[in-house]
Amino acid sequence: MPASKNVGIVIVSHSAKVAEGAADMVRQMVGDNVPLAAAGGNAEGGLGTDVAAIMAAIDKAWSEAGVAILVDLGGAETNSEMAVEMMPEERRERIVICNAPIVEGAVMAATEASGGSSLAVVQATAEELMSA
Amino acid sequence: MDDALKKTLIEAMTGAIVTHADELTALDQAIGDGDHGLNMKRGFEAVLAEMDLITAKPLPDALKAIGTTLVMKVGGASGPLYGTLFMTLGKELPPEPTIADLARALAAAIEAVKARGKSDLGQKTMLDVLAPLQAALAHGGADLTKRLPEVVRFAAEATVPLKAIRGRASFLGERSIGHMDPGARSSALLATAICNAIGA
Repeated sequence: MPASKNVGIVIVSHSAKVAEGAADMVRQMVGDNVPLAAAGGNAEGGLGTDVAAIMAAIDKAWSEAGVAILVDLGGAETNSEMAVEMMPEERRERIVICNAPIVEGAVMAATEASGGSSLAVVQATAEELMSA
Repeated sequence: MDDALKKTLIEAMTGAIVTHADELTALDQAIGDGDHGLNMKRGFEAVLAEMDLITAKPLPDALKAIGTTLVMKVGGASGPLYGTLFMTLGKELPPEPTIADLARALAAAIEAVKARGKSDLGQKTMLDVLAPLQAALAHGGADLTKRLPEVVRFAAEATVPLKAIRGRASFLGERSIGHMDPGARSSALLATAICNAIGA
């Protein structure tokens, strides 16, 4: 995929199948003009989350407009925060972790991102799901 | 701190986690997702595998390297939590720390772990062992390496009647009561291993 001006989306789940499945839904429903990556499962292929894999997913979905991360359970959030902190400093402030349900949040965030919205708007759109 | 002592401490911590991996997993099966022993074992075995590289560094950098390795290898929420603990100790400690330095650095590390886990004391986590350990270090006195293992053992046991507020165990609510927190137990094991290695 050529470098996109749109916000990128990263999906982090304890399950590789959930992460990949959610990414599939985003691709089918939103198309491929949003940089998208999924990180699911631990380094051994079991259930869990893996900081190195999350960092790689952020790299893959990187856009100068920033990256929005959708997570499932607590460990995914903690490991995503850790991954963000270990990214180069100039990228850190352009990465957000959305407080939103992972599947709906990913689809909504990607839909918003595909229209060229800013990172803050993408995040707000995903997080509206929590107050809806 | 010389390289030999750093090696001894890494071997002691890894040994304690490997020996008790099944016990930690059993504790985690009761109230969590049942992988704490396996995760911690994987993390510390990775530290052991890089021991020569790590121990060649001055203590602050060695601690940061241990923290980074744990973050990358442990998986699950305990990776960032223990990673944050060791990285902060590395940031706060001088190359040749005194007990007072340790107490001050551990206080900073506890704050960092609180922020990372969005947790506080009394919520049935590793913090409930680290805080009494820090208090005992700050209080000081003779025979610390003999007294601290008792302090952390009691502290870990004191998590049994608590209700979990953070982490996977919090999903169980009242049902988390009556089980020792696996993170409290692993923290107690690590502290005890360090005391035994230094006191031996």
